[in-house]
Amino acid sequence: MKAFTRETSTVVFVPGMNCDTDQIIPARFIKADRAEGYDKFLFHDIRRDAAGALDPDFPLNRPGADKARILLVEDNFGCGSSREGAVYALVDAGIRALIAPVFGDIFFNNALKNGLVPVRLPRPLCEALAAHLADHPRAEVTVDLAAGQVVLPGALGSHPLVLDAFARDCILRGLDEIELTLTHMDEIRAFEAARIAANPWLGR
Amino acid sequence: MTDPRAPAPRTLFEKIWEAHEILRHPSGQSLLYIDRDLIHEGSFHAFADLRRRGLHPRRPLQIFGIADHYVPTLGRSAEDAASPAIARMIRTFDDNMGWGGLRHFGLGSRDQGIVHVVAPEQGITLPGLTIVCSDSHTSTQGALGALAFGIGQSENAHVLATQTLWQARPRTMRVNVEGVLGTGVTAKDVMLALIARIGAGGAGGHAIEFAGRAVRDMSIEARLTLCNMSIEAAARLGMVAPDETTFRYVAGRHYGPSAKEWDMALAQWQALPSDPGAVFDREVTLEAAAIAPMVTWGTSPDDAVPITGRVPDPAQFAGTEKRNAAARALDYMALVPGTPLEGLAIDRVFIGSCTNSRIEDLREVAAIVAGRKAAVPTIVVPGSTRVREQAEAEGLARIFREAGFEWRHSGCSMCAAMNGDLVAPGERCASTSNRNFVGRQGPGARTHLLSPAMAAAAAVTGRLTDVRRLAEGAA
Ligand code: SF4
Repeated sequence: MKAFTRETSTVVFVPGMNCDTDQIIPARFIKADRAEGYDKFLFHDIRRDAAGALDPDFPLNRPGADKARILLVEDNFGCGSSREGAVYALVDAGIRALIAPVFGDIFFNNALKNGLVPVRLPRPLCEALAAHLADHPRAEVTVDLAAGQVVLPGALGSHPLVLDAFARDCILRGLDEIELTLTHMDEIRAFEAARIAANPWLGR
Repeated sequence: MTDPRAPAPRTLFEKIWEAHEILRHPSGQSLLYIDRDLIHEGSFHAFADLRRRGLHPRRPLQIFGIADHYVPTLGRSAEDAASPAIARMIRTFDDNMGWGGLRHFGLGSRDQGIVHVVAPEQGITLPGLTIVCSDSHTSTQGALGALAFGIGQSENAHVLATQTLWQARPRTMRVNVEGVLGTGVTAKDVMLALIARIGAGGAGGHAIEFAGRAVRDMSIEARLTLCNMSIEAAARLGMVAPDETTFRYVAGRHYGPSAKEWDMALAQWQALPSDPGAVFDREVTLEAAAIAPMVTWGTSPDDAVPITGRVPDPAQFAGTEKRNAAARALDYMALVPGTPLEGLAIDRVFIGSCTNSRIEDLREVAAIVAGRKAAVPTIVVPGSTRVREQAEAEGLARIFREAGFEWRHSGCSMCAAMNGDLVAPGERCASTSNRNFVGRQGPGARTHLLSPAMAAAAAVTGRLTDVRRLAEGAA
């Protein structure tokens, strides 16, 4: 996992309440090997018209949008299927942080495991940011994980970046959770022995 | 009078969580012991990760592989797959299972089926267990009083390698369904009514416990449907306290306790239900009698109304976000505000998915369909190969065939359209599955979610139909 401390970037607003992972990456692409790169699948169908041509009005298709490292999205982004391909598509497209009032739960966890920072900000602030971006498309936002704050443009101010301390620590250090857990193997084995003894059917 | 030394009352969720907490990191997350991990074809990323690290599945006997998402429903070998790429997914799954030395129910197995149907059926799902699967509808299995939730592939690799998982503890929410459900009203309708009320994000960050008379009265099959769609309300998981209904269902199942171990198991399970006075972070109450058969009109599961209702006007919603979403949904669904849902012509029907493909669901369908004919193409995809066998033995399959329905082999099929079973662009499908997302059943597909009985009524009339009317007619 790539470590994340701080990112300053322009922001693209991708509207859509309950934008589920089928929209982020349609099911037919999740068969692909990760080594191929998942960026080409990002929002594959919703950024195209019925004939398959890129829709010039889709926010990420606008000139310069590909430079943004931060997306502003709406309520319950990433709900639906647990496919981690949705996170791979965002990460491979260079997205490092997302801002929304609420994220889909499994998506949120998947993002954390891949060093993609999901920033939860209160709904009115997200709406104000969307309004600001409409007038100032080149405005920048700073997501500062080390300092635990998000700096918004204009008069929108700085706000605390609230993230579970464990996840924050893992991302700041680019820590590998499997390696961390393997250092606890003695405790795991002892726990497991007692658990299996009480539930012998689990061990056969 | 309460004894001050008595332990604080705890919820079902808290009891299972705490019984699996190996340690708590100073920063707050818990390292949970995972009793059972279920694997399907989409898990290939986790296996690639393990191989890259030179690791192997640590506890093969606690891991079960079940092929469902990509399997063909017209035949039972990889050669029947809709494309070479899909066939490759099935073979990769078999290879990974072989490499990991894992028990697996592949295409040819009598035990194959949709993972969330097979696991309860085989006794893999039991009260009090922690169960994960890299599939969001793992919540289904909480119906037996387990803590079951969906994970991603990074988390799956972590479980395979360590049989544990780091988790932040969700908040708790109790959904009380009070009273008795009306005729023709099912667990599916309860969930669509709940989600319409609290919203598709309504239970975000929460573990739901379903309680109340209507839930107590439900069979395990119906409770599985209930917990299945917890995820459509954004809950982390759903669960129902184990009771006599649960114990009867679990007894004698293959991977559960033996007869000799039964008393030992039962003693643990009977201690699981939430203590009187246990406090939930949120409570929601639904009156069962007020729930009608439901149907969705839009592209989010909270876009649901009673079948007697009409397509809403986006202008009636509060907030621009929701108004815009509704307008986009109506455009995609080709619907006009004010149109009555009942009578809306459909192009096809899909009966299946981990929400509604168990034997009881198929019996409900057969009860409506017997003696009638399909008015539109309808496929019935049983939730497991065992369900298929049972439906054949009970004569349900004959009723389906005589009505002109296609009777398929088990798999996820048209629920996620990954195996090539698709709804064509622009087609309107009445579906017993769980997601009406844009493109879920195929690019351009228009999905209306409903119960199996309602799907059966739609199949024989070619229109969205209030099943209560047909059931009366039949009586
Ligand atoms: S039936 Fe549908 S929802 Fe259930 S596991 Fe399969 S694809 Fe997922």
